[in-house]
Amino acid sequence: MNTYEIIVVGGGPAGLAAAIEAHKSGAKNILILERDRELGGILQQCIHNGFGLHIFKEELTGPEYAERFIREMDALGIEYRLDTMVLEVRNDRTVDIISSKHGFETLQAKAIVLAMGCRERTRGAINIPGTRPAGVYSAGAAQRFVNMEGLMVGKRVVVLGSGDIGLIMARRMTLEGAKVLAVAEILPYSGGLTRNIVQCLYDYDIPLYLSHTITSIEGRDRVEGVTIAQVDTKRQPIPGTEIHYDCDTLLLSVGLIPENELSKTAGIQLDPVTGGPVVNECMETSVPGIFACGNVVQVHDLVDWVTEESRKAGRNAARLVLGQITEGEPDLRTRANHGVRYVVPHTIRIENIEKEIDLMMRVTDPFKNKYLVVKHGEDVVKKVRKAHLTPGEMESMKIPVEKLRGLTGELTVCLEEVAHEA
Amino acid sequence: MKRDLICIVCPMGCRCSIEEDTSAPKGYKVTGITCKRGEDYAIKEVTEPTRMLTSTVRIEGARLPRLPVRTSGAIPKERIGECMALINQLQVRHPVAMGQVLLKNLFDTNVNLIASRSL
Ligand SMILES: Cc1cc2nc3c(=O)[nH]c(=O)nc-3n(C[C@H](O)[C@H](O)[C@H](O)COP(=O)(O)OP(=O)(O)OC[C@H]3O[C@@H](n4cnc5c(N)ncnc54)[C@H](O)[C@@H]3O)c2cc1C
Ligand code: SF4
Repeated sequence: MNTYEIIVVGGGPAGLAAAIEAHKSGAKNILILERDRELGGILQQCIHNGFGLHIFKEELTGPEYAERFIREMDALGIEYRLDTMVLEVRNDRTVDIISSKHGFETLQAKAIVLAMGCRERTRGAINIPGTRPAGVYSAGAAQRFVNMEGLMVGKRVVVLGSGDIGLIMARRMTLEGAKVLAVAEILPYSGGLTRNIVQCLYDYDIPLYLSHTITSIEGRDRVEGVTIAQVDTKRQPIPGTEIHYDCDTLLLSVGLIPENELSKTAGIQLDPVTGGPVVNECMETSVPGIFACGNVVQVHDLVDWVTEESRKAGRNAARLVLGQITEGEPDLRTRANHGVRYVVPHTIRIENIEKEIDLMMRVTDPFKNKYLVVKHGEDVVKKVRKAHLTPGEMESMKIPVEKLRGLTGELTVCLEEVAHEA
Repeated sequence: MKRDLICIVCPMGCRCSIEEDTSAPKGYKVTGITCKRGEDYAIKEVTEPTRMLTSTVRIEGARLPRLPVRTSGAIPKERIGECMALINQLQVRHPVAMGQVLLKNLFDTNVNLIASRSL
């Protein structure tokens, strides 16, 4: 059986950053496994700009961001295999893979980093009434067709869901000559980044209907029209508010879910809120020696945070291989409270924090002017004032290790009112 | 006249307002931003709005049919349609390197159209 120090599953930005950082931290025998025809993951189809502002201080496109990391990986001589599907990951750190070139193989690693990314929720998951004609695409599938294969998916388009991919595709389809008639969002706010709403919709006068959903899809073989309607607070369509559009295409941008089939078979504990593995301060899952990072852990909106999180996973995988990690029970568990939907990581062994720990979280609803607070019992560990919070944008708080030393039990993260200033 | 804007320079998306103010060094008073780039953006957005443009062009002889491209900098917002027309006429041949200039000096703006990956 072929043996590696570290096997990385997935060659998107998360896998690349983890492998590079593991190498820089002293692990040398690293293998990246990627099922696609090339490295870079979903970034290769995200041709728009806006990637890398935090890490490169430049506005790059997805492919440029990927290429920088691929070059760095190549320069370090890290081994990778393309067109190679990982079928199973086990808790003894063996991995089953299959490729047309080498057939079926089992590999052994000292540490594994899971970086499989996420997939799109599809229509089945959201139940739209009506027939099932051609012309209904997930926004990501349409993005791949248009940007990588050069195929146009339609001429008159309605988008359901105002997530970033839907917004980006509304602009992209418009630039390619399609008419985007409307974006309908069931929630009273958009889950997309504000700048995408401004640049992708306002710039092209595409109307955004908040608190609206699709009530029917018409057409037998091909989409011929859709009807949207306003919804009440229980998300039920309000009769009389219907708007009908003649269109040939419906794009669905209704959310992403971490891709965790492999994690499940490995017996890794998942967080029902994030849909990803429960992880500790090292980005290690509940199975010792198996780490996870990127969209497989939590759906990120910014690739720079994916890179940061993945560097942490890669570095700690290397530290584990080199015997630099203290194993054992966690000192602290994190918990989301009042206004906070989830917190990553879930557990903390203070000993293993090198300088500071980065807590990442999302809020439950949009808020204005609140304190984001980390507490240990009634004691405030850190408190930051936020002018503007929205579920679409991940928040993070760095806590220096000195502030945590000696603590046990629970760390809660919550929102608190800002007292009115006189 | 006061105008409300959302800064799109970075993902922070600061909500800001801009109004003419002859006493300010640049002729405008901008409130609500958290950094210098936001002020520059707001002033530009009301005087001469620009955008980066990304798209794809046909590529021959490569393993994919489309090459992603972008403008090397921002171009005037009202030129986006014309720029798309130029991009749609363009066809390149493999190999292309990331950053390679495909169209020079678009609309005399000193901005080029460049390849955004190697293919
Ligand atoms: C359709 C879509 C569009 C997006 N658009 C944007 C955007 O415009 N801007 C933005 O900031 N973020 C966007 N995102 C979020 C984006 O995914 C992240 O920013 C980032 O790419 C996540 O990196 P990752 O490495 O975790 O996942 P990915 O980039 O998805 O990479 C995961 C990789 O793992 C591989 N893989 C999965 N399972 C296996 C297996 N069993 N065996 C082998 N390989 C496997 C996949 O092929 C893929 O290459 C988008 C996400 C999706 C799904
Ligand atoms: S003002 Fe600065 S921090 Fe705020 S969105 Fe603009 S660039 Fe970002």
